[in-house]
Amino acid sequence: MIELKNVSKTFTTGKKKVEALKDVSLKINKGEIYGVIGFSGAGKSTLIRCANLLERPTEGEVFIDGVDLTKLKKWQLRKARGKIGMIFQHFNLLSTATVYENVARPLKLSKVPKHEIKERVDKYLKIVGLEEKKNVYPAQLSGGQKQRVAIARALAQEPEVLLSDEATSALDPNTTSSILELLLRVNKELGITIFLITHELDVIQRICDRVGVMHHGELVEEGSVIDVFTKPQHPQTRKFVFDDANFQVPDSVKKGLSATGRLVSLTFIGEASNEPFLAAITKKFEVVPSILAGGIDQLKASSVGKLLIHLQGDPAEVEKAISYLESQHVTVEEVAS
Amino acid sequence: MIEFWTEWGTDITEAFWQTLLMTGISLAISILIGLPLGILLVMTRKGGQAENRVFYSIVNTIINVIRSIPFIILLFLLLPLTRALVGTTIGVEGVILPLVVYTAPYIARLMESALLEVNKGVIEAYESMGISTTKIIWSVIIREARSTMILGLTIATIGLIGATAMAGLVGAGGLGDLAYQYGHLRFEPVVMYVVIIILIILVQAMQTFGNVLARRLRKD
Repeated sequence: MIELKNVSKTFTTGKKKVEALKDVSLKINKGEIYGVIGFSGAGKSTLIRCANLLERPTEGEVFIDGVDLTKLKKWQLRKARGKIGMIFQHFNLLSTATVYENVARPLKLSKVPKHEIKERVDKYLKIVGLEEKKNVYPAQLSGGQKQRVAIARALAQEPEVLLSDEATSALDPNTTSSILELLLRVNKELGITIFLITHELDVIQRICDRVGVMHHGELVEEGSVIDVFTKPQHPQTRKFVFDDANFQVPDSVKKGLSATGRLVSLTFIGEASNEPFLAAITKKFEVVPSILAGGIDQLKASSVGKLLIHLQGDPAEVEKAISYLESQHVTVEEVAS
Repeated sequence: MIEFWTEWGTDITEAFWQTLLMTGISLAISILIGLPLGILLVMTRKGGQAENRVFYSIVNTIINVIRSIPFIILLFLLLPLTRALVGTTIGVEGVILPLVVYTAPYIARLMESALLEVNKGVIEAYESMGISTTKIIWSVIIREARSTMILGLTIATIGLIGATAMAGLVGAGGLGDLAYQYGHLRFEPVVMYVVIIILIILVQAMQTFGNVLARRLRKD
């Protein structure tokens, strides 16, 4: 559905050159939710803006539904953009127009027949749950409601693809959840492919099928959310995954503990998170495990449990315990102290 | 009071209409020139929808140059041009050109700054929906900027009323001229005071009108 091929983007300000994107290629399938995560300055915003040519790549090609946008004439590009909806971090609504007008105006400007405009606006305001706020101005709405208006505006174009540029980053956790629910519904019920960027791991976990990790303008890791989440390869990805899992044990504590045993992190996927592994290893081997941190994350497809434990005991026994855990499909990793 | 009015009433009324006429005509023409110019400045500036360095710097410089010249000097500087274009340099006709030359660049600047205030994100959102630049200018940028534009035009109008006071120097009449001719040169201070009061009321009314209108258009 969306394919970026060897996309590079260099910004030149005076004599300074900034390479925002370095040879990025990615492919998003029809009907999936693909998320790109990265810290600010990683280039993810530039990346998503390349998908509808708000930012023209210095090099590379951008295919939407098989059409290379970079080769289109201006008017053709305008038409192609009708198929690509976009929502933004700061909503970008008209402040001088009502909710209804905000959704209707772009339709009027794209020459949608009058009777159809009303139908569409009503339909999509209902989908986002704002039909009651039709005649209200954006200033009277909360952040979440504003984003809903923006989503309705994008949907009313009846796009095949929705680009989401940090759509939940300006919202509080509760509102973020409700907007994510809405995006999931949009994806499932309307079959719209979603390409989103975010710096919040939570967003990726909850709604994405696949994820890409950006770092310094490069896509350093890519895969299904479960894989990337449970077996992160690139240091940057590990940073995201482990920072999130509350594994922030003070270094002094880690040091003390590694003197008396081994510090490992355990990752369980799906069903495995329900099994009492720790109890099992204490019975089978001469080890004393103690839990330092842990939690279960609900991913879109499955749940993932993580534990940071300290294993005390004879090194050979500890080694056996670890092999046992691995045989039970638990991912065990040494935690550096 | 009645006595004063029988003596000065006709003069004051006439001067009042002259001021309104001069202000009205020059304002209308200045808007017709200044508004498109303001839009062009926004579009041709760096990062604008139709970036054009040459055009932008030329227009920008001309506006700055004109805006540096005090109106009273502009009035005389433009005499030959006025004569060539209008055929006369005196009366209301003779003063319209200098007033327009004075006000249009000012309005262009005010419109430019009003338009620049419009949230870039909104413009981008409309670009992302495949809406053409022309439509974005009319239906997004100008609509969103209306309130600020009205306030700018109010400021320009009041400045214009001030400038018309100097129009007396070329025999165009008006309230300012009346106050100067009678109040100052012929020592009739009461006439001057009355004119000042009328001007104060006029300016107040303009400002209030502009504020109310701007507030109505503003929804945040």
